[in-house]
Amino acid sequence: MNSHMKDGQPVNEKKRDFLKIILSGGVLAFIGAVVYPILAYLIPPKEAEVVVSSVKAGKLNEIAKDSGKIIKFGTKPVILIRTANDELRAFSATCTHLDCTVQYRKDFGTIWCACHNGKYDLNGRNISGPPPRPLDEFRVTIQGDDILISKKA
Amino acid sequence: MKTLLKKIYDWVDERVEIQGLVEYMGKKYVPVHPHSIWYYFGGVSLFLFIIQVVTGILLLLYYKSGEELAFESINFIMSKVQFGWLIRSIHSWTANLFILSAMIHMFSVYFEKAYRKPREITWVTGMLMFFLLLGFGFSGYLLPWNELAFFATKVGTDIAGVVPVIGKPLLIFLRSGEEVTGATLSRFFGFHVAVLPGIFTVFLAIHLLLVQRQGMSEPLHISSKSERKTMPFFPNFILRDLTLWLLVLNLLAILAVFFPWELGKKADPFAPAPAGIKPEWYFLYMFQTLKYIPGKLWFLDGEVLGILLFGIAGLLWTVVPFWDHKSARGEQNRFVNYLGIFAVLYIIIFTIIGWLA
Repeated sequence: MNSHMKDGQPVNEKKRDFLKIILSGGVLAFIGAVVYPILAYLIPPKEAEVVVSSVKAGKLNEIAKDSGKIIKFGTKPVILIRTANDELRAFSATCTHLDCTVQYRKDFGTIWCACHNGKYDLNGRNISGPPPRPLDEFRVTIQGDDILISKKA
Repeated sequence: MKTLLKKIYDWVDERVEIQGLVEYMGKKYVPVHPHSIWYYFGGVSLFLFIIQVVTGILLLLYYKSGEELAFESINFIMSKVQFGWLIRSIHSWTANLFILSAMIHMFSVYFEKAYRKPREITWVTGMLMFFLLLGFGFSGYLLPWNELAFFATKVGTDIAGVVPVIGKPLLIFLRSGEEVTGATLSRFFGFHVAVLPGIFTVFLAIHLLLVQRQGMSEPLHISSKSERKTMPFFPNFILRDLTLWLLVLNLLAILAVFFPWELGKKADPFAPAPAGIKPEWYFLYMFQTLKYIPGKLWFLDGEVLGILLFGIAGLLWTVVPFWDHKSARGEQNRFVNYLGIFAVLYIIIFTIIGWLA
C-alpha cells in the first residue's frame, strides 16, 4: 500500500505527488512568464543598418602629405592616410585591441592608438603594443578630384 | 519644548514600542585600542554616500540624457544654474573620495581580520557595495558625454565583451547595441540613478544593521588581553564621527572650489582617442596592467587573461572569510597579511606608473 494515516485519515501519496508536481510546475511556469519578457526587453532590437559600400572622403587637395584623417564610413570610423611618399591608404580606425579610435602619428610614421599605446605600420599591421590583429584595409580610388573609400571584396 | 518632544516620543513609543531600541543603543560600546582610528572610515564612507544621494538628486533636476543633450545640460548646470558648478564639482570629487574611503575601510577591515566569524555577511555585503561603487563610478563617468568618457566606456565595455561565453551578450546589454551611442548613455543613466542605488541601499541596510547588531570587531591580538577599554557609542563615538564628517565636508568644499571638476570636450565618435587618455585613478592599476600583457599569450588573448586574473583575485578577496580558517579560530594568519600587503603595493605601484606614463 502506498498510503499511511494522518489525523485519522488515510493519505493518498500519489494524489499528493501529483499536486506537488502541478503546483511546483505552475510556480516555475509563472516565474518563467515573468522573467522571460524582462530578459527579452533588456536586449535592444536590431536596427536596420544602412549598408555602406563606399563613401566620398573629400578632395585630394584637402589632405596633406604625411597626414591622416578620420572618415565616417556608415557608423564606423575609417582612417585615410596620405603617406610621405604620396600614397593613399585607408584602414578601419577601430583599434583591434579594445575598440578605441586610432590616429596617424607623423613623428612615429605609424598609426597609433592613444588608449594603450598600440602601434600599426602603414600597411595596418600591428607592430607593437597590445593589438592582437592588423587593421582591416579599405580600398582607396581616385575619381577625378575625389577620393573614394570602399570595402575590399 | 521638552515636554512637547517628550509627548511626541511617548506618542510614538505607545504605538511602536521604541523604548527597547533606545535602551539598546544607549548600552552600545565601542572598543578603544591603538587601532580604533580605522573604525571611522566606515562612517566617513556612509557620509560620502549621503552627499552623493543629495547632490545626485540636485543634478537630476537639470541633467538631460541623450547624445545631443547630456554635454550641453552639464555645461548649463556649470555655467548658468546658481551654484551648479559647486554641486557638480562636489558630486565628482565625492565620487573619488568615496571610493578612496571605501578602499581604506576595506583594507583596514581586511588587515584587522574583522571579517572573521561571525562577521562574514558584513564583509561580503561590504565587498558587493564596493563593486557597485566601481559601477557607479564607471556609469557616472559617461553621463557628461565627453571625449574621455566616450573612450573610457568603449574600452570598459569592450573588456566586458571578452569575458568567455557571456561576454558578447553582456557587451550588447551594456552598450544597448554593438556600439557606444546615445542608447548606451540612456542605459548608463538608468543604471546610475535607479538600478545601482536601489541595490546598493539594500546591501547598505543589511551592512549597517549587522554592524549595530554585532558591534565593532576587536583585533585578534587585543581581544586576548584581559583589560579592555571602551567608550559609549552614544554620545561619545557619534560625536567623534560627526566631527570627522564636518572635516570631510570642509575638505570637499576646498577641493570642489579650488580644483573644480573639468567638463572637457564633447564626445565625437569620429575623432581619434586623445593622447594621454587615462581612466579614473581607481581603474588605473588595472588599465596599466593591460598595457603590459601582450596581445597573445599562449592560446589566450591578452585581455582575456587580464580579466580572468583580476576576476579570480576579486572573487578570492570577497570570500576571504570562508577560506581564512585560522583567523576564525583566533590564530595569526601571516599568509593573509602578505597577500594584503601585496595587493596594496600592487595597486599603489601600478597606479603611480599609470599616473606618470
